[in-house]
Amino acid sequence: MPSDTVISTQSLTKRFTVKKTEVTAVTDLSIDVRRGELVAFLGPNGAGKSTSLRMLTTLIPPTSGGASVAGYDIERDPSGVRSRIGYVGQGSSGSFSQRVRDELLSQGAFYGMGRRERTQRTDELISSLELESFASRTVQQLSGGQKRRLDIALGLVHAPAVLFLDEPSTGLDPQSRANLWEHIVALRARYGTTVFLTTHYLEEADRYAERVMVMDSGRVIADDTAATLKANLAGDAITLTLDEATHLARASSAVERLAGAGAERRDDRTLAFTAPQGSALLPRLLRELDHEGIRVTTATAVPPTLDDVFLALTGRTLRDADKTEPDSPETSNDETRTLEGSTR
Amino acid sequence: MTAALEARTVRPQLARDTWNVLLRELKPMVRDPFSLIFSLLQPLVFLGLFGPLLVAQSGQDLATTLAWFVPGVLVMIVLFGTGATGSNLQYEMMTGSHERTLVAPLSRPALLIGRALKEVAPIVVQALVIVGIAMIFGFRAHPLGLLAGLGLLAVFGIGLGALSYSLALATKEHEWLFWGVQQSLIFPLLILSGVLLPLDGGPGWMRAVASFNPVSHVVEAQRALLGGSFGSSEVLWGWLAALLVALVGLAVGVRAIRKSS
Ligand SMILES: Nc1ncnc2c1ncn2[C@@H]1O[C@H](COP(=O)(O)OP(=O)(O)O)[C@@H](O)[C@H]1O
Ligand SMILES: [Mg+2]
Repeated sequence: MPSDTVISTQSLTKRFTVKKTEVTAVTDLSIDVRRGELVAFLGPNGAGKSTSLRMLTTLIPPTSGGASVAGYDIERDPSGVRSRIGYVGQGSSGSFSQRVRDELLSQGAFYGMGRRERTQRTDELISSLELESFASRTVQQLSGGQKRRLDIALGLVHAPAVLFLDEPSTGLDPQSRANLWEHIVALRARYGTTVFLTTHYLEEADRYAERVMVMDSGRVIADDTAATLKANLAGDAITLTLDEATHLARASSAVERLAGAGAERRDDRTLAFTAPQGSALLPRLLRELDHEGIRVTTATAVPPTLDDVFLALTGRTLRDADKTEPDSPETSNDETRTLEGSTR
Repeated sequence: MTAALEARTVRPQLARDTWNVLLRELKPMVRDPFSLIFSLLQPLVFLGLFGPLLVAQSGQDLATTLAWFVPGVLVMIVLFGTGATGSNLQYEMMTGSHERTLVAPLSRPALLIGRALKEVAPIVVQALVIVGIAMIFGFRAHPLGLLAGLGLLAVFGIGLGALSYSLALATKEHEWLFWGVQQSLIFPLLILSGVLLPLDGGPGWMRAVASFNPVSHVVEAQRALLGGSFGSSEVLWGWLAALLVALVGLAVGVRAIRKSS
């Protein structure tokens, strides 16, 4: 694999057998991630995001296919992979009875760091993740957002080449989510770590990821920057209101000619259509209509979201997909979440 | 500055990793030693309420009764405290911190052995507190016998702890299953060991079962050791039973942790 490729998978596949029926959680995953990228797996519950991460982090073996992570083969040399990656799972990484600072120091020891080195690194991470005031609290006394920040610090103690984050912000209130993301972005800028995360929040993938892999039913169905995905797959939603109803038919055919898309009638004076790069097309369309003596009173262009991309790819919206998915293992994760909430 | 760290590849090493896991497990205890004393409440209740009953029933004096009963209470600490320690691991499995340790470059057996070894610390501290309190009421233990007795409890505790962790690994997120199995094993083991009541007057089958119960042998050896008799056959059988529990526990536990994901 090229020297700047940190993750490379070849037809990585995972099947589970549940009550004698086979479930293919991940099918033929073949991706390459370059050093320093921030990649997001976006997909509904049950899409196979966690399973992919669990294979890449050596927690479970693939059924077939292979992968190398940080220079090591996940099956031939799992301990090589482990020593070079950080992993923040869907749950909370700190043990409920341990103090924040102690957990970071122990983690350093687990990765073979000497006393001085791990103390330095612990202090550094406590300060960069703003954990100072909780450093001698036990994990069970932390809020959800604070726990998540500790989890990320734990994942970074040994300066891994790749940091895997499984739904880092799920279950947090909007403010803690924003705060967590600020930290992720800042840490990446500071350490240049490759970050590979999963999310089912569209807005997060859109806003923070440099590269989005859309995952559905175990397959990656799109892989690009959010901007390119939106431009190529979804297009802008354009709405035009005309001065007179009698112009509607002619305007509609002009749209069809220029945008190559059929326009939908909203009411007797309003047309709506979706077109790739629609906002770039709009000025030309307005000139053309003007030329034909058709006056446009209002024109709006709404850029697409990743949900539109998901809709274009799968025929369902991500929100609907999240609702309909019978999420068997997720139920146990939900239990985890309520458990975390209660102190013990 | 991260460049020096970046190049490092750490390989699992059983001894070093066991040591690091053990140190981590000891931290909550060192930070909050009072939690240990708090969990002594139950054995103290037994000592305080059961002791007088035993005195009344046997017609022997308090010191003689304590010499018989205190070793049993010490074994009970191990049964109830160490036998339940798997629930900590189970909780860490449910919250995700166990998963984090599985992704670290640690030797898998070390994750279990380190945890099991940690059990020695609470056992020794709690046993000494109980012996100290019993001494106020006239209990006397042979000093070297006490030392050997603590060693015996430690070995037995490592095995029982490893079994408790194995049960946690086997029952995964099903807390009810862990406690169900744990309780339905601990109580028969306790009663069929003669810790609380002598089995001498019990039915034959009970005595037969008790002779296969490692807990009985550990209790009898404990009584002999605290009484200062080192060379008796009870002591030998007690050590054999404790070592057997430790070996079986560690073997089962290491197998279970290797399969954990
Ligand atoms: N340990 C498991 N045993 C059986 N089926 C599983 C297991 N883990 C995941 N699955 C199944 O694999 C599919 C993908 O799950 P997962 O990777 O957790 O999805 P996501 O993280 O995207 O929500 C789901 O259908 C889920 O039911
Ligand atoms: Mg998941």
